[in-house]
Amino acid sequence: MLRTTTTLAAGLIAAATVGWADADDNELVINGEIEITTEAAAPAYVEGLSEIYSGWRFREVDTQATQMDDFDNPAFLAVDAAKEVWDTVEGEAGKSCASCHGDVMESMKGVRAVYPKWNETAGEVRTLAMQINDCRTENLKAEAYDYTSDEMTAMEALISVPSRGMPVNVAVDGPVQSTWEQGKEMYYTRYGQLELSCSNCHEDNYGNYIRADHLSQGQINGFPVYRLKNTKLNQVQDRFKGCIRDTRAETFKPGSPEFVALELYVASRGNGLDVEAPSVRN
Amino acid sequence: MDFTRRETLAMGAGAALLSFMPFRANAAAVDDLIAEFTGGAEMGDAGVELNAPEIAENGNTVPIEVSAPGASAILLLAAGNPTPPVAKFAFGPLAGSQTASTRIRLAGTQDVIAIAQLGDGTFARTSKTIKVTIGGCGG
Amino acid sequence: MATGVKPRVKVPGSASAGEVITIKTLISHQMESGQRKDGDGNKIPRSIINRFTCDFNGENVIDVTMEPAISTNPYFEFQATVPETGEFKFTWYDDDGSVYEDSKSVTVG
Repeated sequence: MLRTTTTLAAGLIAAATVGWADADDNELVINGEIEITTEAAAPAYVEGLSEIYSGWRFREVDTQATQMDDFDNPAFLAVDAAKEVWDTVEGEAGKSCASCHGDVMESMKGVRAVYPKWNETAGEVRTLAMQINDCRTENLKAEAYDYTSDEMTAMEALISVPSRGMPVNVAVDGPVQSTWEQGKEMYYTRYGQLELSCSNCHEDNYGNYIRADHLSQGQINGFPVYRLKNTKLNQVQDRFKGCIRDTRAETFKPGSPEFVALELYVASRGNGLDVEAPSVRN
Repeated sequence: MDFTRRETLAMGAGAALLSFMPFRANAAAVDDLIAEFTGGAEMGDAGVELNAPEIAENGNTVPIEVSAPGASAILLLAAGNPTPPVAKFAFGPLAGSQTASTRIRLAGTQDVIAIAQLGDGTFARTSKTIKVTIGGCGG
Repeated sequence: MATGVKPRVKVPGSASAGEVITIKTLISHQMESGQRKDGDGNKIPRSIINRFTCDFNGENVIDVTMEPAISTNPYFEFQATVPETGEFKFTWYDDDGSVYEDSKSVTVG
Protein backbone atom coordinates (compact mmCIF):
# COMPACT_ATOMS: atom_id res chain seq x y z
CA MET A 1 0.00 0.00 0.00
CA LEU A 2 1.33 3.37 -1.00
CA ARG A 3 -0.02 5.48 1.74
CA THR A 4 1.76 6.53 4.87
CA THR A 5 0.15 7.88 7.96
CA THR A 6 0.57 11.60 8.25
CA THR A 7 0.45 13.10 11.68
CA LEU A 8 -2.58 15.35 11.72
CA ALA A 9 -3.33 18.20 14.08
CA ALA A 10 -2.71 16.95 17.59
CA GLY A 11 -5.44 14.87 19.10
CA LEU A 12 -7.64 14.38 16.04
CA ILE A 13 -6.54 10.98 14.88
CA ALA A 14 -5.01 10.07 18.22
CA ALA A 15 -8.41 10.00 19.88
CA ALA A 16 -9.53 7.08 17.77
CA THR A 17 -11.40 4.60 19.92
CA VAL A 18 -11.83 1.72 17.54
CA GLY A 19 -8.48 1.60 15.83
CA TRP A 20 -7.66 1.04 12.20
CA ALA A 21 -10.33 -0.46 10.03
CA ASP A 22 -9.98 -0.36 6.28
CA ALA A 23 -12.77 -0.62 3.75
CA ASP A 24 -14.87 -3.71 4.48
CA ASP A 25 -15.50 -6.53 2.00
CA ASN A 26 -19.24 -6.07 1.60
CA GLU A 27 -20.79 -6.09 -1.85
CA LEU A 28 -23.27 -3.47 -2.96
CA VAL A 29 -26.23 -4.71 -4.98
CA ILE A 30 -29.18 -2.32 -5.19
CA ASN A 31 -32.74 -3.73 -5.35
CA GLY A 32 -31.19 -7.16 -5.73
CA GLU A 33 -30.28 -6.35 -9.35
CA ILE A 34 -27.95 -3.37 -9.84
CA GLU A 35 -24.42 -4.52 -9.08
CA ILE A 36 -22.23 -1.61 -8.07
CA THR A 37 -18.45 -1.63 -8.40
CA THR A 38 -17.20 -0.17 -5.12
CA GLU A 39 -13.53 -0.99 -5.56
CA ALA A 40 -11.18 -0.51 -8.50
CA ALA A 41 -7.54 0.06 -9.36
CA ALA A 42 -6.67 3.71 -8.86
CA PRO A 43 -6.27 5.74 -12.05
CA ALA A 44 -2.59 6.22 -12.91
CA TYR A 45 -2.70 9.94 -12.13
CA VAL A 46 -3.75 9.25 -8.53
CA GLU A 47 -0.25 8.65 -7.27
CA GLY A 48 -1.11 8.37 -3.59
CA LEU A 49 -3.51 5.42 -3.90
CA SER A 50 -3.28 1.95 -5.35
CA GLU A 51 -6.96 1.03 -4.89
CA ILE A 52 -10.00 3.25 -4.85
CA TYR A 53 -13.06 2.49 -2.72
CA SER A 54 -16.56 3.90 -2.60
CA GLY A 55 -17.45 5.60 0.69
CA TRP A 56 -20.15 2.94 1.05
CA ARG A 57 -17.43 0.46 2.05
CA PHE A 58 -16.55 2.52 5.14
CA ARG A 59 -20.03 2.71 6.60
CA GLU A 60 -21.73 0.57 9.24
CA VAL A 61 -23.84 -2.34 7.99
CA ASP A 62 -27.14 -0.66 8.85
CA THR A 63 -26.25 2.43 6.86
CA GLN A 64 -25.10 0.25 3.97
CA ALA A 65 -28.38 -1.67 4.01
CA THR A 66 -30.42 1.52 3.69
CA GLN A 67 -28.87 2.10 0.27
CA MET A 68 -29.48 -1.44 -0.98
CA ASP A 69 -33.22 -0.98 -1.52
CA ASP A 70 -34.70 2.08 -3.18
CA PHE A 71 -37.67 1.94 -0.86
CA ASP A 72 -35.47 2.00 2.25
CA ASN A 73 -33.36 4.82 0.79
CA PRO A 74 -35.03 8.09 1.86
CA ALA A 75 -33.32 9.91 -1.04
CA PHE A 76 -36.08 8.48 -3.21
CA LEU A 77 -38.58 10.83 -1.62
CA ALA A 78 -36.61 13.56 -3.39
CA VAL A 79 -36.30 11.48 -6.57
CA ASP A 80 -40.10 11.11 -6.67
CA ALA A 81 -40.52 14.85 -6.20
CA ALA A 82 -38.01 15.59 -8.98
CA LYS A 83 -39.79 13.17 -11.30
CA GLU A 84 -42.90 15.33 -11.01
CA VAL A 85 -40.85 18.44 -11.72
CA TRP A 86 -39.32 16.70 -14.74
CA ASP A 87 -42.78 16.26 -16.27
CA THR A 88 -44.15 19.67 -15.27
CA VAL A 89 -44.12 22.66 -17.63
CA GLU A 90 -42.25 25.52 -16.04
CA GLY A 91 -40.96 28.87 -17.34
CA GLU A 92 -41.85 31.15 -20.22
CA ALA A 93 -40.91 28.70 -22.96
CA GLY A 94 -43.84 26.53 -21.94
CA LYS A 95 -41.69 23.43 -21.74
CA SER A 96 -40.83 20.79 -19.20
CA CYS A 97 -37.62 18.76 -18.97
CA ALA A 98 -39.58 15.94 -20.58
CA SER A 99 -40.52 18.13 -23.58
CA CYS A 100 -36.96 17.80 -24.87
CA HIS A 101 -35.53 14.86 -22.93
CA GLY A 102 -38.49 12.47 -22.78
CA ASP A 103 -38.12 9.60 -20.32
CA VAL A 104 -35.41 10.48 -17.82
CA MET A 105 -34.54 6.82 -17.31
CA GLU A 106 -33.63 6.55 -21.00
CA SER A 107 -32.33 9.97 -22.01
CA MET A 108 -30.15 10.55 -18.96
CA LYS A 109 -28.48 7.14 -18.99
CA GLY A 110 -24.74 7.64 -18.55
CA VAL A 111 -24.95 11.40 -18.05
CA ARG A 112 -24.07 11.45 -14.36
CA ALA A 113 -21.00 9.28 -15.04
CA VAL A 114 -19.18 11.86 -17.18
CA TYR A 115 -19.80 15.09 -15.26
CA PRO A 116 -18.16 17.54 -14.71
CA LYS A 117 -17.34 17.89 -18.41
CA TRP A 118 -16.32 20.41 -21.03
CA ASN A 119 -19.05 22.41 -22.75
CA GLU A 120 -17.75 23.46 -26.13
CA THR A 121 -20.36 26.12 -26.85
CA ALA A 122 -19.87 27.87 -23.54
CA GLY A 123 -16.14 27.20 -23.46
CA GLU A 124 -16.23 26.10 -19.81
CA VAL A 125 -16.16 23.09 -17.52
CA ARG A 126 -19.68 22.38 -16.36
CA THR A 127 -20.90 20.45 -13.36
CA LEU A 128 -24.22 18.63 -13.59
CA ALA A 129 -25.73 21.36 -11.41
CA MET A 130 -24.49 24.07 -13.79
CA GLN A 131 -25.93 22.16 -16.74
CA ILE A 132 -29.31 21.78 -15.01
CA ASN A 133 -29.42 25.52 -14.37
CA ASP A 134 -28.32 26.31 -17.90
CA CYS A 135 -31.16 24.18 -19.22
CA ARG A 136 -33.59 25.91 -16.90
CA THR A 137 -32.60 29.47 -17.82
CA GLU A 138 -31.85 28.97 -21.53
CA ASN A 139 -34.34 26.31 -22.64
CA LEU A 140 -37.21 26.48 -20.15
CA LYS A 141 -36.79 30.23 -19.59
CA ALA A 142 -37.31 29.42 -15.92
CA GLU A 143 -35.42 30.63 -12.86
CA ALA A 144 -32.16 28.96 -11.94
CA TYR A 145 -32.12 26.86 -8.77
CA ASP A 146 -29.90 27.90 -5.91
CA TYR A 147 -26.78 25.80 -6.36
CA THR A 148 -27.20 23.67 -3.24
CA SER A 149 -31.00 23.87 -2.88
CA ASP A 150 -33.25 20.89 -2.23
CA GLU A 151 -34.69 21.33 -5.74
CA MET A 152 -31.21 21.08 -7.24
CA THR A 153 -30.11 18.03 -5.24
CA ALA A 154 -33.41 16.31 -6.02
CA MET A 155 -32.96 16.91 -9.77
CA GLU A 156 -29.33 15.75 -9.59
CA ALA A 157 -30.49 12.62 -7.78
CA LEU A 158 -33.15 11.87 -10.39
CA ILE A 159 -30.71 12.31 -13.25
CA SER A 160 -28.20 10.06 -11.47
CA VAL A 161 -30.59 7.11 -11.07
CA PRO A 162 -30.32 5.77 -14.67
CA SER A 163 -26.49 5.87 -14.44
CA ARG A 164 -26.27 3.66 -11.37
CA GLY A 165 -23.98 0.75 -12.04
CA MET A 166 -22.14 2.60 -14.82
CA PRO A 167 -18.49 3.49 -14.19
CA VAL A 168 -17.51 7.08 -13.48
CA ASN A 169 -15.58 8.21 -16.53
CA VAL A 170 -14.65 11.87 -16.25
CA ALA A 171 -12.26 13.34 -18.84
CA VAL A 172 -9.07 14.77 -17.37
CA ASP A 173 -7.23 15.97 -20.45
CA GLY A 174 -7.93 18.10 -23.51
CA PRO A 175 -9.82 21.33 -22.80
CA VAL A 176 -10.46 20.44 -19.13
CA GLN A 177 -6.82 19.84 -18.29
CA SER A 178 -5.98 23.23 -16.81
CA THR A 179 -9.11 23.13 -14.62
CA TRP A 180 -8.20 19.59 -13.57
CA GLU A 181 -4.68 20.75 -12.62
CA GLN A 182 -6.19 23.57 -10.58
CA GLY A 183 -8.39 21.08 -8.76
CA LYS A 184 -5.45 18.79 -8.12
CA GLU A 185 -3.43 21.60 -6.62
CA MET A 186 -6.34 22.48 -4.32
CA TYR A 187 -6.62 18.84 -3.25
CA TYR A 188 -3.07 18.85 -1.95
CA THR A 189 -3.14 22.38 -0.48
CA ARG A 190 -3.39 22.68 3.29
CA TYR A 191 -6.21 24.99 4.29
CA GLY A 192 -7.30 26.64 7.50
CA GLN A 193 -6.02 26.95 11.05
CA LEU A 194 -5.73 23.17 11.22
CA GLU A 195 -3.63 23.20 8.06
CA LEU A 196 -5.32 20.20 6.52
CA SER A 197 -5.50 19.30 2.87
CA CYS A 198 -8.07 16.95 1.35
CA SER A 199 -5.28 14.42 0.95
CA ASN A 200 -4.28 14.47 4.64
CA CYS A 201 -7.56 12.83 5.60
CA HIS A 202 -8.81 11.10 2.44
CA GLU A 203 -5.57 9.82 0.93
CA ASP A 204 -3.13 9.47 3.83
CA ASN A 205 -5.61 8.42 6.49
CA TYR A 206 -8.66 6.77 4.95
CA GLY A 207 -9.70 3.82 7.05
CA ASN A 208 -8.55 5.58 10.21
CA TYR A 209 -10.87 7.25 12.67
CA ILE A 210 -11.00 10.99 13.14
CA ARG A 211 -12.59 11.04 16.57
CA ALA A 212 -15.50 8.66 15.96
CA ASP A 213 -15.74 9.21 12.21
CA HIS A 214 -14.49 6.47 9.95
CA LEU A 215 -12.61 8.30 7.21
CA SER A 216 -13.37 7.30 3.62
CA GLN A 217 -11.41 8.23 0.53
CA GLY A 218 -13.79 11.13 -0.03
CA GLN A 219 -15.03 9.68 -3.32
CA ILE A 220 -18.01 11.50 -4.82
CA ASN A 221 -19.55 8.76 -6.98
CA GLY A 222 -22.48 8.67 -4.52
CA PHE A 223 -23.41 12.36 -4.62
CA PRO A 224 -25.93 13.75 -4.02
CA VAL A 225 -25.86 11.91 -0.69
CA TYR A 226 -28.68 11.40 1.80
CA ARG A 227 -27.00 11.91 5.17
CA LEU A 228 -28.39 10.40 8.35
CA LYS A 229 -26.95 13.43 10.11
CA ASN A 230 -29.13 16.08 8.46
CA THR A 231 -31.72 13.75 6.92
CA LYS A 232 -31.65 15.35 3.49
CA LEU A 233 -29.80 15.21 0.20
CA ASN A 234 -26.43 16.95 0.26
CA GLN A 235 -24.87 18.60 -2.77
CA VAL A 236 -21.24 17.66 -3.37
CA GLN A 237 -19.94 21.21 -3.25
CA ASP A 238 -21.87 21.81 -0.03
CA ARG A 239 -19.94 18.84 1.37
CA PHE A 240 -16.66 20.36 0.16
CA LYS A 241 -17.65 23.54 1.96
CA GLY A 242 -18.29 21.63 5.18
CA CYS A 243 -14.97 19.83 4.91
CA ILE A 244 -12.99 23.01 4.35
CA ARG A 245 -14.88 24.80 7.11
CA ASP A 246 -13.88 21.99 9.45
CA THR A 247 -10.25 22.87 8.79
CA ARG A 248 -11.21 26.27 10.20
CA ALA A 249 -10.66 27.99 6.89
CA GLU A 250 -12.65 30.56 4.99
CA THR A 251 -14.33 28.32 2.47
CA PHE A 252 -15.08 28.78 -1.21
CA LYS A 253 -18.67 29.14 -2.34
CA PRO A 254 -20.62 26.28 -3.92
CA GLY A 255 -20.74 27.03 -7.64
CA SER A 256 -17.45 28.97 -7.53
CA PRO A 257 -14.76 28.28 -10.14
CA GLU A 258 -12.55 26.85 -7.38
CA PHE A 259 -15.11 24.27 -6.32
CA VAL A 260 -15.90 23.40 -9.95
CA ALA A 261 -12.20 22.63 -10.43
CA LEU A 262 -12.08 20.62 -7.19
CA GLU A 263 -15.20 18.67 -8.16
CA LEU A 264 -13.69 17.77 -11.52
CA TYR A 265 -10.48 16.56 -9.92
CA VAL A 266 -12.15 14.64 -7.08
CA ALA A 267 -14.60 13.05 -9.53
CA SER A 268 -11.66 11.90 -11.67
CA ARG A 269 -10.09 10.19 -8.63
CA GLY A 270 -13.15 7.92 -8.72
CA ASN A 271 -12.89 6.98 -12.40
CA GLY A 272 -13.61 3.25 -12.41
CA LEU A 273 -16.02 3.20 -9.47
CA ASP A 274 -19.69 2.96 -10.41
CA VAL A 275 -22.16 5.79 -10.02
CA GLU A 276 -24.27 4.96 -6.98
CA ALA A 277 -26.10 8.24 -6.44
CA PRO A 278 -28.28 8.97 -4.63
CA SER A 279 -26.42 7.19 -1.85
CA VAL A 280 -26.82 7.01 1.93
CA ARG A 281 -24.06 8.03 4.32
CA ASN A 282 -23.71 9.02 7.98
CA MET B 1 -26.46 23.42 9.02
CA ASP B 2 -24.05 26.16 9.99
CA PHE B 3 -22.66 26.58 13.45
CA THR B 4 -20.80 29.49 14.94
CA ARG B 5 -17.45 28.83 16.56
CA ARG B 6 -18.98 29.27 20.01
CA GLU B 7 -21.75 26.78 19.27
CA THR B 8 -19.23 24.32 17.95
CA LEU B 9 -17.16 24.61 21.12
CA ALA B 10 -20.26 24.19 23.26
CA MET B 11 -21.25 21.10 21.30
CA GLY B 12 -17.77 19.73 21.72
CA ALA B 13 -18.00 20.14 25.47
CA GLY B 14 -21.40 18.45 25.50
CA ALA B 15 -20.09 15.69 23.31
CA ALA B 16 -17.15 15.08 25.64
CA LEU B 17 -19.54 14.76 28.57
CA LEU B 18 -21.84 12.41 26.69
CA SER B 19 -19.12 10.10 25.63
CA PHE B 20 -18.21 9.42 29.25
CA MET B 21 -21.62 8.79 30.73
CA PRO B 22 -24.85 7.54 29.24
CA PHE B 23 -27.87 9.64 30.12
CA ARG B 24 -29.53 8.62 33.38
CA ALA B 25 -31.43 11.84 33.91
CA ASN B 26 -34.89 10.61 33.09
CA ALA B 27 -35.10 7.53 35.32
CA ALA B 28 -38.16 8.80 37.16
CA ALA B 29 -39.93 9.87 33.97
CA VAL B 30 -39.25 6.47 32.44
CA ASP B 31 -40.63 4.65 35.49
CA ASP B 32 -43.78 6.75 35.31
CA LEU B 33 -44.28 6.02 31.62
CA ILE B 34 -43.84 2.30 32.19
CA ALA B 35 -46.27 2.33 35.10
CA GLU B 36 -48.82 4.14 32.96
CA PHE B 37 -48.54 1.43 30.29
CA THR B 38 -48.51 -1.59 32.60
CA GLY B 39 -50.75 -0.25 35.36
CA GLY B 40 -47.93 -1.17 37.71
CA ALA B 41 -48.04 -4.87 36.83
CA GLU B 42 -44.95 -7.06 37.16
CA MET B 43 -42.88 -7.49 34.00
CA GLY B 44 -41.25 -10.68 32.80
CA ASP B 45 -38.20 -10.74 30.59
CA ALA B 46 -39.35 -13.27 27.98
CA GLY B 47 -41.54 -12.64 24.97
CA VAL B 48 -40.32 -9.31 23.69
CA GLU B 49 -37.30 -8.60 21.51
CA LEU B 50 -35.54 -5.47 20.45
CA ASN B 51 -33.17 -5.43 17.49
CA ALA B 52 -30.92 -2.42 17.08
CA PRO B 53 -27.29 -1.74 16.20
CA GLU B 54 -24.80 -1.82 19.05
CA ILE B 55 -23.20 1.25 17.55
CA ALA B 56 -25.32 3.76 15.67
CA GLU B 57 -23.44 5.74 13.07
CA ASN B 58 -25.57 8.80 13.66
CA GLY B 59 -28.06 9.41 16.47
CA ASN B 60 -30.43 11.20 14.11
CA THR B 61 -31.43 8.02 12.29
CA VAL B 62 -31.12 4.75 14.21
CA PRO B 63 -32.84 1.65 12.78
CA ILE B 64 -34.73 -0.37 15.36
CA GLU B 65 -37.11 -3.35 15.35
CA VAL B 66 -39.46 -4.52 18.09
CA SER B 67 -41.09 -7.91 18.17
CA ALA B 68 -43.40 -9.71 20.61
CA PRO B 69 -45.38 -12.69 19.24
CA GLY B 70 -49.05 -12.46 20.18
CA ALA B 71 -48.71 -9.05 21.83
CA SER B 72 -51.45 -6.44 21.66
CA ALA B 73 -49.06 -3.51 22.02
CA ILE B 74 -45.39 -2.62 22.38
CA LEU B 75 -44.15 0.57 24.06
CA LEU B 76 -40.75 1.89 22.99
CA LEU B 77 -38.78 4.29 25.19
CA ALA B 78 -35.39 5.98 24.92
CA ALA B 79 -34.32 6.47 28.52
CA GLY B 80 -31.70 9.10 27.72
CA ASN B 81 -33.66 11.35 25.39
CA PRO B 82 -34.90 14.75 26.61
CA THR B 83 -38.36 13.21 26.29
CA PRO B 84 -38.20 9.41 26.62
CA PRO B 85 -41.31 8.28 24.70
CA VAL B 86 -40.52 7.07 21.16
CA ALA B 87 -43.56 5.16 19.92
CA LYS B 88 -46.35 2.79 20.87
CA PHE B 89 -47.24 0.08 18.39
CA ALA B 90 -50.76 -1.33 18.79
CA PHE B 91 -51.40 -4.43 16.67
CA GLY B 92 -54.84 -5.00 15.12
CA PRO B 93 -56.61 -8.23 14.17
CA LEU B 94 -54.99 -8.25 10.71
CA ALA B 95 -51.41 -7.81 11.91
CA GLY B 96 -49.38 -10.53 10.18
CA SER B 97 -46.96 -10.58 13.09
CA GLN B 98 -46.38 -8.46 16.14
CA THR B 99 -43.23 -6.98 14.69
CA ALA B 100 -42.45 -3.45 13.52
CA SER B 101 -39.37 -1.56 12.36
CA THR B 102 -38.74 2.16 12.30
CA ARG B 103 -35.95 4.75 12.53
CA ILE B 104 -35.49 6.77 15.69
CA ARG B 105 -33.52 9.66 17.18
CA LEU B 106 -31.18 9.10 20.10
CA ALA B 107 -29.62 12.09 21.86
CA GLY B 108 -26.56 10.06 22.85
CA THR B 109 -25.40 6.67 24.08
CA GLN B 110 -28.24 5.26 26.16
CA ASP B 111 -30.61 2.41 26.96
CA VAL B 112 -33.59 1.83 24.70
CA ILE B 113 -36.46 -0.05 26.37
CA ALA B 114 -39.31 -2.08 24.86
CA ILE B 115 -42.26 -3.28 26.93
CA ALA B 116 -44.91 -5.53 25.44
CA GLN B 117 -48.38 -6.38 26.59
CA LEU B 118 -48.50 -10.05 25.68
CA GLY B 119 -51.47 -12.10 24.44
CA ASP B 120 -52.30 -13.33 27.97
CA GLY B 121 -52.37 -9.76 29.31
CA THR B 122 -49.04 -9.98 31.14
CA PHE B 123 -46.13 -7.66 30.43
CA ALA B 124 -42.56 -8.28 29.32
CA ARG B 125 -39.62 -5.90 29.22
CA THR B 126 -36.31 -5.83 27.41
CA SER B 127 -33.66 -3.18 26.88
CA LYS B 128 -30.52 -2.59 24.93
CA THR B 129 -27.68 -0.11 25.21
CA ILE B 130 -27.01 1.68 21.94
CA LYS B 131 -23.77 3.57 21.52
CA VAL B 132 -24.18 6.72 19.49
CA THR B 133 -20.99 7.92 17.85
CA ILE B 134 -20.25 11.60 17.77
CA GLY B 135 -18.21 12.38 14.74
CA GLY B 136 -15.33 14.77 14.48
CA CYS B 137 -16.28 15.84 10.96
CA GLY B 138 -19.60 17.57 10.74
CA GLY B 139 -19.03 18.50 7.13
CA MET C 1 -47.31 23.84 8.77
CA ALA C 2 -45.52 21.02 7.07
CA THR C 3 -45.27 21.44 3.31
CA GLY C 4 -44.61 18.96 0.51
CA VAL C 5 -45.61 15.97 2.61
CA LYS C 6 -45.70 12.90 0.40
CA PRO C 7 -46.20 9.27 1.35
CA ARG C 8 -44.54 6.25 -0.28
CA VAL C 9 -45.96 2.80 0.31
CA LYS C 10 -44.70 -0.61 -0.79
CA VAL C 11 -47.25 -3.44 -0.86
CA PRO C 12 -47.25 -6.57 -3.05
CA GLY C 13 -49.99 -6.36 -5.68
CA SER C 14 -51.23 -9.89 -5.13
CA ALA C 15 -51.30 -12.52 -2.40
CA SER C 16 -52.86 -15.87 -1.60
CA ALA C 17 -55.74 -15.96 0.87
CA GLY C 18 -54.47 -15.67 4.43
CA GLU C 19 -50.93 -14.85 3.32
CA VAL C 20 -48.74 -12.71 5.55
CA ILE C 21 -47.15 -9.89 3.56
CA THR C 22 -44.55 -7.26 4.43
CA ILE C 23 -45.46 -3.61 4.06
CA LYS C 24 -43.09 -0.64 4.08
CA THR C 25 -44.11 3.00 4.38
CA LEU C 26 -42.14 6.22 4.19
CA ILE C 27 -43.45 9.77 4.34
CA SER C 28 -41.57 13.02 3.78
CA HIS C 29 -41.87 15.08 6.96
CA GLN C 30 -39.45 17.20 8.95
CA MET C 31 -40.69 15.81 12.32
CA GLU C 32 -39.64 19.01 14.12
CA SER C 33 -38.99 17.76 17.63
CA GLY C 34 -39.61 20.92 19.63
CA GLN C 35 -36.13 20.53 21.12
CA ARG C 36 -34.20 22.56 18.56
CA LYS C 37 -33.46 26.27 18.62
CA ASP C 38 -33.24 28.62 15.67
CA GLY C 39 -30.34 30.98 14.94
CA ASP C 40 -31.68 33.53 17.44
CA GLY C 41 -31.91 31.01 20.26
CA ASN C 42 -35.70 30.68 20.13
CA LYS C 43 -37.20 27.24 20.46
CA ILE C 44 -38.60 25.92 17.16
CA PRO C 45 -42.11 24.67 18.02
CA ARG C 46 -42.86 20.96 17.77
CA SER C 47 -44.50 19.89 14.52
CA ILE C 48 -44.67 16.16 13.95
CA ILE C 49 -46.84 13.39 12.59
CA ASN C 50 -48.19 11.92 15.82
CA ARG C 51 -50.06 8.85 14.61
CA PHE C 52 -49.93 6.34 11.79
CA THR C 53 -52.52 3.67 11.04
CA CYS C 54 -52.90 0.89 8.51
CA ASP C 55 -56.25 -0.81 7.88
CA PHE C 56 -57.38 -3.46 5.41
CA ASN C 57 -61.04 -3.42 4.30
CA GLY C 58 -61.84 -1.48 7.48
CA GLU C 59 -60.03 -3.81 9.88
CA ASN C 60 -56.93 -2.60 11.70
CA VAL C 61 -53.42 -3.90 11.02
CA ILE C 62 -51.33 -1.51 13.10
CA ASP C 63 -51.87 1.74 14.95
CA VAL C 64 -48.70 3.61 15.92
CA THR C 65 -48.50 6.49 18.39
CA MET C 66 -45.53 8.56 17.28
CA GLU C 67 -43.39 10.87 19.40
CA PRO C 68 -40.73 13.45 18.45
CA ALA C 69 -38.05 10.74 18.74
CA ILE C 70 -39.18 9.28 15.41
CA SER C 71 -36.68 10.38 12.74
CA THR C 72 -37.30 12.82 9.90
CA ASN C 73 -39.15 11.13 7.00
CA PRO C 74 -40.84 8.49 9.22
CA TYR C 75 -40.33 4.90 8.08
CA PHE C 76 -42.29 1.83 9.14
CA GLU C 77 -42.03 -1.81 8.19
CA PHE C 78 -44.57 -4.35 9.46
CA GLN C 79 -46.59 -7.38 8.39
CA ALA C 80 -50.25 -7.86 7.53
CA THR C 81 -52.50 -10.83 6.90
CA VAL C 82 -54.50 -10.62 3.67
CA PRO C 83 -57.75 -12.60 4.06
CA GLU C 84 -59.37 -11.55 0.77
CA THR C 85 -59.11 -9.14 -2.15
CA GLY C 86 -59.31 -5.59 -0.91
CA GLU C 87 -57.60 -2.34 -0.11
CA PHE C 88 -55.01 -1.25 2.39
CA LYS C 89 -55.57 2.24 3.70
CA PHE C 90 -52.70 4.18 5.25
CA THR C 91 -53.27 7.32 7.29
CA TRP C 92 -50.82 9.74 8.88
CA TYR C 93 -52.04 12.38 11.37
CA ASP C 94 -50.12 15.67 11.63
CA ASP C 95 -49.93 17.88 14.74
CA ASP C 96 -51.36 20.72 12.63
CA GLY C 97 -54.54 18.77 11.91
CA SER C 98 -53.54 17.66 8.41
CA VAL C 99 -54.27 14.07 7.48
CA TYR C 100 -52.27 12.35 4.75
CA GLU C 101 -53.67 9.24 3.11
CA ASP C 102 -52.61 6.58 0.67
CA SER C 103 -54.13 3.27 -0.38
CA LYS C 104 -53.07 0.13 -2.20
CA SER C 105 -55.17 -2.69 -3.63
CA VAL C 106 -54.24 -6.33 -3.21
CA THR C 107 -55.75 -9.08 -5.31
CA VAL C 108 -56.22 -12.53 -3.80
CA GLY C 109 -56.36 -15.18 -6.46
